Amino acid sequence: MAKQAAQLIGEDGRRHDGRRPDELRPVRMQVGVLSNADGSALVEFGRTRVIAAVYGPREPIQKFMVLPDRAVLRVRYHMAPFSTSDRKSPAPSRREIELSKVIREALEPVLLAEYFPRTTIDVFIEVLQADGGTRTAGVTAASLALADAGIPMKALVGGVAVGKVGGVLVLDVDEVEDGAGEADMPVAAAPDIGLVTLFQLNGVLSRDEIARGLEMALKAIEYIVEKEKEALREKYKI
Amino acid sequence: MEQSQARRIVVPGDQLEDDVDVREPFVVVHGGRKLATVVGLVSYKDSKPHFVPLESVYMPKPGDVVIGLVTGVGVTNWFVDINSPYTAILNIQDFLGRPFNPAADEPGRLLKVGDYVKAKVAAFDRTRSPLLSVQGEGLGRITEGRVIDISPAKVPRVIGRKRSMISILEEETGCRVFVAVNGRVHVVCGSRELEDVLFVAIKTIEREAHKSGLSERVRRIIREEKMVRGV
Repeated sequence: MAKQAAQLIGEDGRRHDGRRPDELRPVRMQVGVLSNADGSALVEFGRTRVIAAVYGPREPIQKFMVLPDRAVLRVRYHMAPFSTSDRKSPAPSRREIELSKVIREALEPVLLAEYFPRTTIDVFIEVLQADGGTRTAGVTAASLALADAGIPMKALVGGVAVGKVGGVLVLDVDEVEDGAGEADMPVAAAPDIGLVTLFQLNGVLSRDEIARGLEMALKAIEYIVEKEKEALREKYKI
Repeated sequence: MEQSQARRIVVPGDQLEDDVDVREPFVVVHGGRKLATVVGLVSYKDSKPHFVPLESVYMPKPGDVVIGLVTGVGVTNWFVDINSPYTAILNIQDFLGRPFNPAADEPGRLLKVGDYVKAKVAAFDRTRSPLLSVQGEGLGRITEGRVIDISPAKVPRVIGRKRSMISILEEETGCRVFVAVNGRVHVVCGSRELEDVLFVAIKTIEREAHKSGLSERVRRIIREEKMVRGV
């Protein structure tokens, strides 16, 4: 483990792919990529590629799932069978069900669901290519797709993960760093209203590391949300 | 809107000027700041900012005249899609203007699935589905012309300031144009070709609603399309 980690952070302080510890992978976002959906977005963090589609607000498929005072947000996070190097079974796994829940809870606080009682808003997140950080890319794509669908929300949500490899905190961990690193801490936030909406930790970090990691993540999320806004404005260039 | 005076696109979470009107759910107050909640356009009239949403969902309001698409026939009512999250209901009794007699009246004959109706929203309060009524001038089944679907957010643009855009569409083609607030446009022309021309024009307005100088561009497109189609 120590030997592997040593390779992950080189002697010059650079990571295995040449990034500095606080550097994001190249981010690309595009809005309105699917014409059948009410809103859609494609988000790339390096080789991680995620597409999100939003339908609604619409009448529920099954009436029992509605709430009388607000719209129900339904999120399905799914990894395509071809998204990983080994074929991933297309059936929803335990992990995917959990991620669908945390992504839903990362979006609910910004959504103005109370304007659409007795309806559902369906969000489909499909991971096309997985290279670490798919849940945070999923949150980012879903937030963009919701905005594209015209569903009112107080702010845009962006996400990124902070990890620890070779004793160093690194931003936006990829698959290699996630597999060999000591910790992985995904964070999602809405900087416009100062709200952290997703915060998880896998592995061990000290209190100080968590504080520093969160700070790194929030700074990066500000940049990510700015990119989201750019992508939305791009669709409506004057 | 034609004279562009520092217009800008805003997106959810963007802070707006303090003197912009709060228009829920498009503009909300959060922590003393006014935030946009949807993608929209801020333009200035007499240096007062106005927020116009570019994406929105149609929420029924009593009194609105909408164009609905019949999607189902019930025992005493029809189910009507009004391009909204809620399916509307039109009672047969209301359509007939007299009590419904199940022995004599066949609802499937009066309105079929796929028919368009022009109707008024009679009641809607978020706890019940919207109720439609066709009792009124010019309401009822649509028997001629074509219905064009657009996004409800683009309706004000297709109408134009003081109906200016509708006037252009009608003048240039000689058709009758009715824009329903739920994002459906009913056009009645003499010929299919003219309806096609209007379709192109209205879709252009929908696509370029946020750009300035639209009226002139629409006028030009209609003339070009008329030439191409030989009408």
